[in-house]
Amino acid sequence: MNWLSRFFTSSIGRKLIMSLTGLFLILFLVVHLVGNLQLLNEDDGFSFNTYAYFMTHNGLVKTISFGLYFFIVLHAIQGIVVTIHNRKSRKKNYRQLNFREADFASRNMAVLGLLILAFLFMHMGDFWLKMKMGQLDMVKYDGVNYPVNDLYTRVNTAFSVWWIVVLYVIGQIALFFHLKHGFYSAFQTLGWNHPKYTPIIKGIGLVFSVVVPLGFALIPLYIYFVR
Amino acid sequence: MKLTLKIWRQKDREETGGFETYQVEASEEMSFLEMLDVLNQELIEQKKEPVAFDHDCREGICGTCGMMINGQPHGPLKATTTCQLHMRHFNDGETILIEPFRANSFPVVKDLVVDRSAFDRIIQAGGYISVDTGQAPDGNVIPIEKDQASSAFDAAACIGCGACVAACPNASAVLFTGAKVSHLTQLPQGDVESKRRVQRMVAQMNKEGFGNCSNISACEAECPKEISVANIARMNREYISSSFSTDKVMD
Repeated sequence: MNWLSRFFTSSIGRKLIMSLTGLFLILFLVVHLVGNLQLLNEDDGFSFNTYAYFMTHNGLVKTISFGLYFFIVLHAIQGIVVTIHNRKSRKKNYRQLNFREADFASRNMAVLGLLILAFLFMHMGDFWLKMKMGQLDMVKYDGVNYPVNDLYTRVNTAFSVWWIVVLYVIGQIALFFHLKHGFYSAFQTLGWNHPKYTPIIKGIGLVFSVVVPLGFALIPLYIYFVR
Repeated sequence: MKLTLKIWRQKDREETGGFETYQVEASEEMSFLEMLDVLNQELIEQKKEPVAFDHDCREGICGTCGMMINGQPHGPLKATTTCQLHMRHFNDGETILIEPFRANSFPVVKDLVVDRSAFDRIIQAGGYISVDTGQAPDGNVIPIEKDQASSAFDAAACIGCGACVAACPNASAVLFTGAKVSHLTQLPQGDVESKRRVQRMVAQMNKEGFGNCSNISACEAECPKEISVANIARMNREYISSSFSTDKVMD
């Protein structure tokens, strides 16, 4: 087992953890966005609330969600450990350091990550925690013979407050920058760099980093301005 | 051309050091190091301590010279070492900031001279072929595909100057180590020991206290030999696969 601990505490092993957990979280974002876009349906929350009920009661989904919490924590802790080590490796800083290349996102992954983590606490406190604590009203729909949490109304209430909408948009801007570098970076860490594939990965990464946060930002903006 | 130089002066490893300002008259045809030679000659004539800086071949192939010039390793010109940078790329009356490469693993020895022996120890850990390969063999005795040979050669072009570490916000040495790993692993003579090599070299790199790679690619942009970050990816592949290999890769 010595080899395993040596691997996971090596610089490349730590980055592999960042990469794999990051890719899992990228997959989660897709599922989360597709599900949440049902909030835009004008059906008094029928589709969204029954979907939310499914997501909190299905055994498989619940099992995966524990994996998700674990990977979020692992990604965050590992990111902090790696960043502290990086900062320590140049104690005496330059008077001046210019970059020929190296964009803003790649140099600020840790700060962006912490912003996203802060956003996540707020986001989960807003909805997830209130649902788990049973603070939401129950609602019953025709054709469904059990009452479901009215998360839909809670979301609408939250997004009718302007500063919550602003915070959500800021969170998505941070997510955009984090994904802009993170998507490509995950593949590079895995060793997936080739003249044939790297441009494709970078292209998909850029589209993904724009489309997904934009989709998420659309929900509070739509609810605030249209509904 | 008249120049103002702000140069980092530090007596030895222990002293804190600081910037000092000098005026120097140089011509556009001079290399950056020749310009510093002129300054040092003046300092010697004034019975002052000349500025210490590393240099050797002065033709861009040895990797000895290297300093931060206006916040960039080897200065503003792409794919150029300090010795091959000429003063025509600066303007008359300009102020130039000169600092040593900075990383905990590259302690300052004096002024602009840093101790890069951490690189030597990474090479000593595995950047070699253990068996005697004899005289240069006749061409094509060992068939190597042209693309493969070119790729190995591109990695072998690394002169070990340390600009990658200096440019990296994390002071990471993965481009250097990746280049050395890639150079040997892509050739049949080096492939035999590739698993042990990457394990040992990465272990030594970590031991030296370099930072982790964030895939920022500032290293590639500042490398005087334009070593590609594809070599980092290759090293990662080799390291990950050798770690999970059933072969004995570490003692």
